[in-house]
Amino acid sequence: MADAGMLRFHVPEPEVRPGGTPDFSNVPIPKAGSVPRPEIDADPRTIRDLAFSIIRVLNRNGEAVGPWAGLLSSDELLAGLRHMMTLRTFDARMQMAQRQGKTSFYMQHLGEEAVACAFRKALEPGDMNFPTYRQAGLLIADGYPMVTMMNQIYSNEADPLKGRQLPIMYSSKEHGFFSISGNLATQYIQAVGWAMASAISNDSKIAAAWIGDGSTAESDFHSALVFASTYKAPVVLNVVNNQWAISTFQGIARGGSGTFAARGLGFGIPSLRVDGNDYLAVHAVAKWAAERARSNLGPTLVEYVTYRAGAHSSSDDPSAYRPKTESDAWPLGDPIVRLKNHLIGLGVWSDERHAQAEAEILDTVIAAQKEAESHGTLHAGGKPSTRDMFEGLYAEMPPHLRRQRQQAGV
Amino acid sequence: MPRRTMIEAIRDAMDVSMARDSKVVVFGEDVGFFGGVFRCTQGLQAKYGKSRCFDAPINESGIVGSAIGMAAYGLKPCVEIQFADYMYPAYDQLTQEAARLRYRSNGDFTCPIVVRMPTGGGIFGGQTHSQSPEALFTHVSGLKTVVPSNPHDAKGLLIAAIEDPDPVIFLEPKRLYNGPFDGHHDRPVTPWSKHELGEVADGHYTVPLGKAAIRRAGSALTVLAYGTMVYVAQAAVEETGIDAEIIDLRTLLPLDLDTIVASVKKTGRCVIVHEATLTSGFGAELSALVQENCFYHLEAPVARVAGWDTPYPHAQEWDYFPGPARVGRALLETMGA
Ligand SMILES: Cc1ncc(C[n+]2csc(CCOP(=O)(O)OP(=O)(O)O)c2C)c(N)n1
Ligand SMILES: [Mg+2]
Repeated sequence: MADAGMLRFHVPEPEVRPGGTPDFSNVPIPKAGSVPRPEIDADPRTIRDLAFSIIRVLNRNGEAVGPWAGLLSSDELLAGLRHMMTLRTFDARMQMAQRQGKTSFYMQHLGEEAVACAFRKALEPGDMNFPTYRQAGLLIADGYPMVTMMNQIYSNEADPLKGRQLPIMYSSKEHGFFSISGNLATQYIQAVGWAMASAISNDSKIAAAWIGDGSTAESDFHSALVFASTYKAPVVLNVVNNQWAISTFQGIARGGSGTFAARGLGFGIPSLRVDGNDYLAVHAVAKWAAERARSNLGPTLVEYVTYRAGAHSSSDDPSAYRPKTESDAWPLGDPIVRLKNHLIGLGVWSDERHAQAEAEILDTVIAAQKEAESHGTLHAGGKPSTRDMFEGLYAEMPPHLRRQRQQAGV
Repeated sequence: MPRRTMIEAIRDAMDVSMARDSKVVVFGEDVGFFGGVFRCTQGLQAKYGKSRCFDAPINESGIVGSAIGMAAYGLKPCVEIQFADYMYPAYDQLTQEAARLRYRSNGDFTCPIVVRMPTGGGIFGGQTHSQSPEALFTHVSGLKTVVPSNPHDAKGLLIAAIEDPDPVIFLEPKRLYNGPFDGHHDRPVTPWSKHELGEVADGHYTVPLGKAAIRRAGSALTVLAYGTMVYVAQAAVEETGIDAEIIDLRTLLPLDLDTIVASVKKTGRCVIVHEATLTSGFGAELSALVQENCFYHLEAPVARVAGWDTPYPHAQEWDYFPGPARVGRALLETMGA
């Protein structure tokens, strides 16, 4: 019944708050293998359903099923597992280093490792990611040296960014990893611009834009969708929906639109939702979207449905705003456990080998950490120079800055 | 009198204002249930309900733009931008809309909003959690800009800002939230509970916008400072032994020119300190005003100590921050020593 008269103000609320029992029964999880795989040149109007479902490959028994399965060899999957395990161990060590005062700040990927690790494998050399702070998996999966990442985190004398940037705001053109800014959403539209440039130049490279659920509320997200839609830019528009934006649940950014993927539909952009904790599904959808981009079919929007199992950052304590047990109740499970079980099912992996790999990875990460710490940590040992603070702002240092550098005595 | 941290004082100002006036609403990113990443709005949603204190989508332009619309309706929004470094998407709404609404409609519509934001560095926040953009606001006709330096003033100024009929930018030096940091990063900071300006009366009071405070009376030199730099200046004055008068501007616009001019005419010397970058910083405006108004009383050139003209670095935080040593050198040079 219509309810005219006194207006009421509506503010969305999550299902549960601390003290409540987590309940995700209202999150519909389609069966693995049940969502069709359209041709990449399908008419966008005929595949609108994909914005409201969840593409999944790994079923409850760890089998890869359905039309999105079968793209990766077991060697490739074993490598993927190793990347995710490495990222998790890397995170644990760096989180601990932050607690020990070796750096100021850290952000981990716990529970979301599959998204960036699997996506990276769908790209070609020369493609460019415009990542947020939660896509270090792109670097790990591309073989970027962990020691270099740690040097950046420690802002030490070997930091490739000379101590200028906050920890984890990496940059590597060589590895297709655009410099992270820290201001949310600004880089989403830049990714579209990079893709437009590739098309203007008749190149074959594509771009990937990255954003979190919360940040899709920013105007720059909508700018990116307009430009990508208008110019059919060769870009994959990624939205990582990990359910939370610091303390704010995803409903505040999503509003009445049903899903984040659905945002793309109004722009005529093919939009898909995928199980972000399913390495095979993430890779298959990323590959589909990348092929579309490379075939002059334009942008694709992909929403990765996942869960931020850890704190937002080293400055955050989620127990103030969500139940402690919420991450255990998350129905899409843990990406590492799921890929591990799949590989065991294929007969190419075992619990013993997994435990052994864990130990090896820990050794490798600790060795990298030792090496990085030999170049200093934030408050001890070798550090970037004060001179580095003045350098690199302009191609050529203007006179006023040279004067200031002299005043600073360096 | 109860002692409060600056966070508690700011929260109390909103609490008092919301209790007195049902038109006051508070919102911003993480501001509702959680109470803000610095906890400045903690408890307000529980006390006043979700229609008066709520979480906003991450869209600073939307936060300020919707606040302007609410103000046009007749509410008094007091919104939070999580860090001053994230206000840029809202700059269009602030400078082109909020600032000019009264003028362009000849008072038909007005914009009594407050936009709070943590400012300044000293927390190893790097380029995106350390900026001091006050000059980007003082340069805009139609905005008022406030920078408190202690809990007592923060509460009184924030209530005054909320009650002000025009848009007010309220910059909260985050390094002062828990104590009067004086730039000696290697020493512990005295908590506000041990500082006389941590005394914050219960209930309603205001500190008027546009009135500076003399933090230390002196005859040899005038220091103009605001926010964190008030304490850095105090440390520098103690360490150099110069009998300086320290003026805490508190409001940058409208500016308390009378207090400044009376002091500089008395001392004949002036050092201006701020954490923001030097070039086109608010110190340039202050320096010009002192020169225009006190020229024949000046015994030495007006000096400025400010952040270097680079982005705020991470590792080199204390090389960047204009600490007591740099301020002290400027004091001595201005004394001709
Ligand atoms: C323009 C801007 N506004 C606010 C912030 C502060 N901030 C940093 S991360 C964050 C939450 C982002 O959430 P989401 O987009 O969901 O990404 P997630 O952290 O979950 O990966 C906020 C509000 C910022 N960095 N930039
Ligand atoms: Mg999120």
